[in-house]
Amino acid sequence: MTLLWLILIPFIGGLLCWQGERFGEQAPRWIALGTMLMVLAITLGLWFYGDYHLPSLDPQGEAVRWTMEWQVAWIPRFGISIHLALDGLSLVLIALTGFLGILAVLCSWHEIVHRVGFFHLNLLWILGGVVGVFLAIDLFLFFFFWEMMLVPMYFLIALWGHSGSKGRTRIRAATKFFIYTQASGLLMLVSILGLVFANLAHTGEYSFDYATLMQTPLSDGLAMWLMLGFFIAFAVKLPVVPLHGWLPDAHAQAPTAGSVDLAGILLKTAAYGMLRFALPLFPEASQAFAPVAMGLGLLGIYYGALLACGQQDLKRLIAYTSISHMGFVLIGIYAGTELALQGVVMLMVAHAFSAAGLFIVSGQLYERLHTRDMREMGGLWGRLGSLPGFSLFFVAASLGMPGTANFLGEMMILFGAFPLVPWVVVLASGGLLLAAIYSLLLMQRVHFGPPQGKEHFADLDRREYLMMLTLTGLVLLFGLYPQPLLDTTGAAMLEVQQLFEGVAPLSSLAKGNQ
Amino acid sequence: MSLLPLTFLLPLAGTLVLALSRGRLGPRSSAVVGVVSVGLAALVTAWIGWHFVDSGVGGVDMTLWTWLSVGDFRPTIGLRLDGLSLTMIGIITGVGFLIHLFAAWYMQGEAGVTRFFAFMNLFVFSMLLLVLGDNMLLLFLGWEGVGLCSYLLIGYYYWTEANGWAAFKAFIVTRLGDVFLAIGLFLMFRELGTLNIAEILQRAPEVWAEGAWQAQLAALLILGGALGKSAQLPLHTWLADAMAGPTPVSALIHAATMVTAGVYLIARLHGVFELAPGVLYLVGLIGAVTLLLAGFAALAQTDIKRVLAYSTMSQIGYMFLALGVGAYDAAIFHLMMHGFFKALLFLSAGAVIVSCHHEQDMRRLGGLWRRLPLAYAGFVVGGAALAALPLVTAGFYSKDEILWEALAAGHGGLMLAGLIGAFLTSLYTLRLIIGTFHGEMKSDNARHAEPGRGLVHGLPLVVLAVLSTFLGAWIHPPLEAVLPTSPGAGVHGAGHTVLGIVAAATSLVGLGLGAWLFLTRWRWLSERVSTGWAARLWWLWHNAWGFDIAYDRLLVRPYRGLVRLLESDLIDRLLLLAAWLAWGLHRGLSLTQSGKMRYYAATMAAGVTLVLLVLVVSG
Repeated sequence: MTLLWLILIPFIGGLLCWQGERFGEQAPRWIALGTMLMVLAITLGLWFYGDYHLPSLDPQGEAVRWTMEWQVAWIPRFGISIHLALDGLSLVLIALTGFLGILAVLCSWHEIVHRVGFFHLNLLWILGGVVGVFLAIDLFLFFFFWEMMLVPMYFLIALWGHSGSKGRTRIRAATKFFIYTQASGLLMLVSILGLVFANLAHTGEYSFDYATLMQTPLSDGLAMWLMLGFFIAFAVKLPVVPLHGWLPDAHAQAPTAGSVDLAGILLKTAAYGMLRFALPLFPEASQAFAPVAMGLGLLGIYYGALLACGQQDLKRLIAYTSISHMGFVLIGIYAGTELALQGVVMLMVAHAFSAAGLFIVSGQLYERLHTRDMREMGGLWGRLGSLPGFSLFFVAASLGMPGTANFLGEMMILFGAFPLVPWVVVLASGGLLLAAIYSLLLMQRVHFGPPQGKEHFADLDRREYLMMLTLTGLVLLFGLYPQPLLDTTGAAMLEVQQLFEGVAPLSSLAKGNQ
Repeated sequence: MSLLPLTFLLPLAGTLVLALSRGRLGPRSSAVVGVVSVGLAALVTAWIGWHFVDSGVGGVDMTLWTWLSVGDFRPTIGLRLDGLSLTMIGIITGVGFLIHLFAAWYMQGEAGVTRFFAFMNLFVFSMLLLVLGDNMLLLFLGWEGVGLCSYLLIGYYYWTEANGWAAFKAFIVTRLGDVFLAIGLFLMFRELGTLNIAEILQRAPEVWAEGAWQAQLAALLILGGALGKSAQLPLHTWLADAMAGPTPVSALIHAATMVTAGVYLIARLHGVFELAPGVLYLVGLIGAVTLLLAGFAALAQTDIKRVLAYSTMSQIGYMFLALGVGAYDAAIFHLMMHGFFKALLFLSAGAVIVSCHHEQDMRRLGGLWRRLPLAYAGFVVGGAALAALPLVTAGFYSKDEILWEALAAGHGGLMLAGLIGAFLTSLYTLRLIIGTFHGEMKSDNARHAEPGRGLVHGLPLVVLAVLSTFLGAWIHPPLEAVLPTSPGAGVHGAGHTVLGIVAAATSLVGLGLGAWLFLTRWRWLSERVSTGWAARLWWLWHNAWGFDIAYDRLLVRPYRGLVRLLESDLIDRLLLLAAWLAWGLHRGLSLTQSGKMRYYAATMAAGVTLVLLVLVVSG
């Protein structure tokens, strides 16, 4: 039941926020904050009391693979049930959702002044949808949550977003986001149905259940097509170049809270989807597809980084850096060694913190300067109190400075993938250089250079300072002592690795190399 | 020994106090926090060093915690204290403390003193981790950390745009080297299954045969990292621009400590380089070429800090040369001596610069020796050590050892390059001193020079001056247990004596020629180099052989072109074609819905006709 509550709490909280607006503007903010604190507290409780060192694959294949599970029939005729399950990976990502949810509420405290109740309804429903995605292991339910979280996000961008220059309106950005993700979701639905019918042909029964569908025997060609359906859906969300077009617009036009959630959590649903569904359901096809996926990862690293260098809009710059970082994630996932997969988890968490930090910084800059155009900035160091210091920290995290979690994430992926695909890793390492270029360009354009005025802007207030300090602390904590996190996801990642390596043309290739 | 973590925790604590003060600390208290934390670290280091040497053990390992553990990837936060790291932490905290002390004087009245000392302390912290780390990943942490601090301190005067770009350049160029180093780590971990330095040194000869391509490649990649950090060819272009930072920064980071990290790295991983003799020779060759090219470049600079910057490059070239001939201990010895006398030179330059109201161009200085006696003394003692004045200076002993080792190892060519370099060093050192302190005062800033006062200003200069003389050379770094003995060590034959005399003569001839040229022929020289082929040569040296210009054309501009080409997200544009197509179809089809009855009637009639026609034909 706890798992169900994890999903229900944000939804109920959202409704309360909506109605709570009757009691004044502050009420929805506090309700939303309380809701997300509750989600985080429950998740931390689950982490504290649960055992995540599960045996990965039992010889019978019938081992206890979930720390918690909850199932109730939904549409029995088609074998659809509300089946929720929790393991280390989903736990970590839900905790992340709870934490970034709190940040999203906090950073909208002064930014959002219109329709506050409805804003928080949308915000909490996104978060509820995301929690659902991380918990659902019935494919139909997964699809349901996957699509469900798009709608409130659409409203968030369309109603509370900023309009940019050159016809980049918030409505247009919201529409682009919606169409991209909706269309790709459709492909996933087709793939899910294809898998279900294949299973039907084999067993004579409808089932959307994860464990059942994993056993479905598939011909190579069919598996490849079905896998591609999943992959494209996740690739749009991650995003993988060339399917990334929605991201910069959505980020640039979204309110700060929307960007924090987009970068921090929504992108992670894609990586989660690959780890949970695309790889385990179609290990052979994924293996065969791995070189292409890694190639796309490389393309993303370079393309995102190069574009980030050319942006004038601060939030667009950060958006493109996300694309670049997600290239590393993609490489790590399809390298599939234990170290690389753990690195993927690490980088997901790290990127969630650092990107959230950067977006909050740009939100705070916007509140003070009323622009995101870097040509109108420059020389801000010394005029903004402690804000530039925090910018510097998150910029350093984003360029992979050792000591931050981002460094460990990237390094684990690269160390883990190197024995299998040395050349991919060598090329990806070039991304470390480009990361330095775009990160320092940001510093140079925003904070260094001749000041464009004399006036000093307001220093961070206590709420803002506390947010930034917490994020900083977490990035450093996971950068220097990541073991609790790694232990939590260890079993889940080992399982993915074993499923993936069961076929292992890549690892045999590597042995041939040695 | 259990106090060892305190050496870097103290500067870290200083950084944290300063960073979290949010402007509540005034400039004075910031300076006190910064100086005292490093001072205490120096005291702890002295205590540890005393006990370490006293105990006579070869090395002490201390694991604080396991950084992370996934499969057999288990880097630790672990420290190793041995003769090499002890020497390094001695230089870092000792010289670092003196420079911090001097900086408290130098930074008086500057904006952002808190920021300055926060970054300086963070630098000391990172540098200590770099040399104390017992595994490559922790070393890499320090390695990148010092790079970041260097970036921040070069760009300290951020309000001048050029400083920001100088800092940017420094970080990016060294980062390029770091990428090579990172790939080197991936390779070593794959091949040797460990990142622990002691285990690497132990396993490398077991796994790799001498000259194995993996060993060559690993050594080459590590060398890439070292070249970036230590500003050696071809990744040297950042160092001269790095002089944009405050002068104490140049003294600490860009002379005494960080730029020598590459030397430390190669010495630390000597076991890998021993397996790759070709790469080891390349190290020496790069050192030789760098020391010559940088020596010529130093001759043609007018900014006193840039002279010192090129001289630093040149001196690190000597260290690389020593590494290349297998004389690791000589390299580290020269590293230490260079730390003393170059820090002295930079601090004296700082004293001149502050006294002359931030004038640092030789063309507008001159004649200062009477007004700034202490700075002059610093320049003379430091310059003598730099030019390796025989017998009385520290630099003579360390440089002599390098030359002898090169000869003893059979690398006569490298030794010759070193000799020519010594001649060049004497020339540019004298040009620097004479241009700054002799002749007439060439600007109001020089005429109104105000000498620095106080213990904070004087003490660091005096201590470093003492260390730059033969007294400094008496310090004997305990390296025997860590580094292999080189072929020429302990041999004191006639060859060594002859070479010593030749080297001494070279240095003296250089000094004599320099004195004659720059004291009596300065004006003639300046005129000579402004016309004809001499002007072109001068321009080439002044621009350090044009590397910057070439890199700008070959790398920076194409990169910027590429960025501009992609700026509008071409791939996204391509996918948007689908949207345009849909839009076009929509426009086309909406034309048919015009609301005009006769068009509808006509279309309907045409449709009926068509259907009937089809029926008739098919029926």
